[in-house]
Amino acid sequence: MRIVTFTRSTPDTAAKVEVGGDGAVTWGGAATVVNPWDEYSLEEAIQQAGKAGGKSAAIAVGAPMHDDALKHALAMGLDEAYRIDDAALDATDSLSYATAAAAAVTKLGDAKLVIFGKESVDVGTDSHIVQTARKLGWTMLSYVSKIVSVDYAAGTLKVERLVEGGKQVVSASLPAVISVMKDINEPRYPSFMGIRKAAKASIPVWSLADLGVSGLRAKAKTTRFANLPARTVEVEMLTGDPEDVAAKLVDRLLAEKVL
Amino acid sequence: MSTVLVWIETHDGNARPTSWEALGAANALASTLGASVTALVLGKNAPAIAQDALTRGAAKALASDDASFETYRLEPYAALLSALVKEHAPLAVVAVASSAGRELLAASAADTDSAMLSDAIELGAVAGNVTVVRPVYAGKILSDAVAEGTAFVTVRARAFQPAAPVGGTGEVLTVAPVLAEASIAAKLESFEVEVGTVNLGDAAIIVSGGRGIANNPKDAPAGTDKPDVWKAKDGFETVLKPLADVLGGAVGASRAAVDAGYIDYAHQVGQTGKTVAPDLYIATAISGAIQHQAGMRNSKVIVAINKDGDAPIFKLARYGIVGDIYKIVPALTAELKKRLGK
Ligand SMILES: Cc1cc2nc3c(=O)[nH]c(=O)nc-3n(C[C@H](O)[C@H](O)[C@H](O)COP(=O)(O)OP(=O)(O)OC[C@H]3O[C@@H](n4cnc5c(N)ncnc54)[C@H](O)[C@@H]3O)c2cc1C
Ligand SMILES: Nc1ncnc2c1ncn2[C@@H]1O[C@H](COP(=O)(O)O)[C@@H](O)[C@H]1O
Repeated sequence: MRIVTFTRSTPDTAAKVEVGGDGAVTWGGAATVVNPWDEYSLEEAIQQAGKAGGKSAAIAVGAPMHDDALKHALAMGLDEAYRIDDAALDATDSLSYATAAAAAVTKLGDAKLVIFGKESVDVGTDSHIVQTARKLGWTMLSYVSKIVSVDYAAGTLKVERLVEGGKQVVSASLPAVISVMKDINEPRYPSFMGIRKAAKASIPVWSLADLGVSGLRAKAKTTRFANLPARTVEVEMLTGDPEDVAAKLVDRLLAEKVL
Repeated sequence: MSTVLVWIETHDGNARPTSWEALGAANALASTLGASVTALVLGKNAPAIAQDALTRGAAKALASDDASFETYRLEPYAALLSALVKEHAPLAVVAVASSAGRELLAASAADTDSAMLSDAIELGAVAGNVTVVRPVYAGKILSDAVAEGTAFVTVRARAFQPAAPVGGTGEVLTVAPVLAEASIAAKLESFEVEVGTVNLGDAAIIVSGGRGIANNPKDAPAGTDKPDVWKAKDGFETVLKPLADVLGGAVGASRAAVDAGYIDYAHQVGQTGKTVAPDLYIATAISGAIQHQAGMRNSKVIVAINKDGDAPIFKLARYGIVGDIYKIVPALTAELKKRLGK
């Protein structure tokens, strides 16, 4: 039995991201990191596979740059890593992505639980998480902060979810796709041995044909990237003793009509 | 006449305030496309909320207060929405980009093989196809996207004007659930309400605290295990919360404050927390790291209070005060109480 998780490489969060003259997005040679949200999903996959006596697998969809994230996953201790790469996925939308992701889960054959991070910090649409679940026809539980219980034999799952305004406990049936929040665990750091093993690992690459997927056509298309309009605000520093600055600030805020 | 379908999210028998922004966005889109707006309202009190949607510009409303819709759950909601989309082939389906809205629309877009455009801050149409502008890379850049066929669009909270009551009229039709309770796998076992916190995404005013909140001049009671945590929590409770309260706002925090255990993660603003765009954002004892900026840079007016005049947050702020938050904030709260007559 496998616990499957999806991950990708994203630009370092401190990188200055810009759109160049050619319209392409650049981040000035800054390193990529494993998508910060995925540290939690990777950790959870290791833990859940351990408890179930199964294997954990990480899958990335996209170009070779995502091998770095997969190597990070292997170094943390996931058992397997796969990458899906196909020219037909280059300019696709969340639904094409989800179709490929669902096909990869099906190809593995014995997955009962798929774990995603909450979102990726770069493109951050998170739409394909639920779309992967719908393409698989599986239960979807998002924003999971704790897996309360899971019983693969009985096909049941109970989780805690963080939703607007509070915390829900929800029970549902397996197989399921979940997305996890940072409260769920304390991600481990890759061990020295893990890093060495990961460095040597070769990662199988699947094409869409390998997955039996054909005819993907994006219904949503990105047509342009643009830099933000320059922020024109000029800061006004308020000085004086606390009562003075408080009075000055309230004057300004009343004039701005934000109170 | 072709239609734009808008989901009015409800909570406990009320429309979520930001849902009226989704209706506002849908009204504007419909007039660009020469279409009319149909509102979908599910949950407790749905027929009354549907009436409200009509007064705010929807031409028609579909409503159900069936028990299976009482608390939002993906399965019954998506089954119904997907069936309605197949039946009516709307030009667009619009909802606010709340956690439920994002999930519901993406699911239904998958069910109906349609385009999903999430987190729009602008909405338009070119040759009958819906277009959006959305922030990407944690709001560091923008992207334009276009949909083919029915466009599922979530709109970012506080990016569109809410639809105001204009005295519109129309008919409310009752819709029946597609899934019976027995065939819904997800069961809500319990719900623990987080008391006293305003939803950050909906808040018009946010007062945030950072790592520096631990520099509380008060002493922790003798024998306190982690004095800095005690001091920081006390600072949030007795200094920042009163300011947020007098402003009718919510309390936010930096990741450094959350990671140090000073406040719950639900309050975190930034790249790995919430993205917010209130009218007023007051950052106190927050340096303004790029990851924090990613979550709040689109706020209308930013005020920074920090004892370090070189803190990067001042580059983003409209008003800056260099000083100790434990002196400035109480003075500000007192002044506001006086001036706002509270
Ligand atoms: C992958 C990743 C994701 C991240 N995501 C987020 C995120 O979502 N949100 C986020 O906020 N950060 C995030 N960060 C962390 C970010 O880089 C900063 O570390 C963090 O924002 C710093 O928080 P701070 O400003 O509270 O703390 P500091 O940078 O330590 O600043 C504290 C400030 O308080 C001031 N101060 C101290 N005492 C007082 C006083 N008495 N009165 C007035 N001022 C005082 C100091 O002058 C200082 O400027 C992320 C980092 C990484 C690597
Ligand atoms: N190309 C990709 N390959 C593998 N996982 C991905 C990819 N894109 C996004 N994910 C994962 O899907 C989740 C949501 O990402 P996003 O939809 O981009 O916000 C995160 O856990 C991501 O790491």
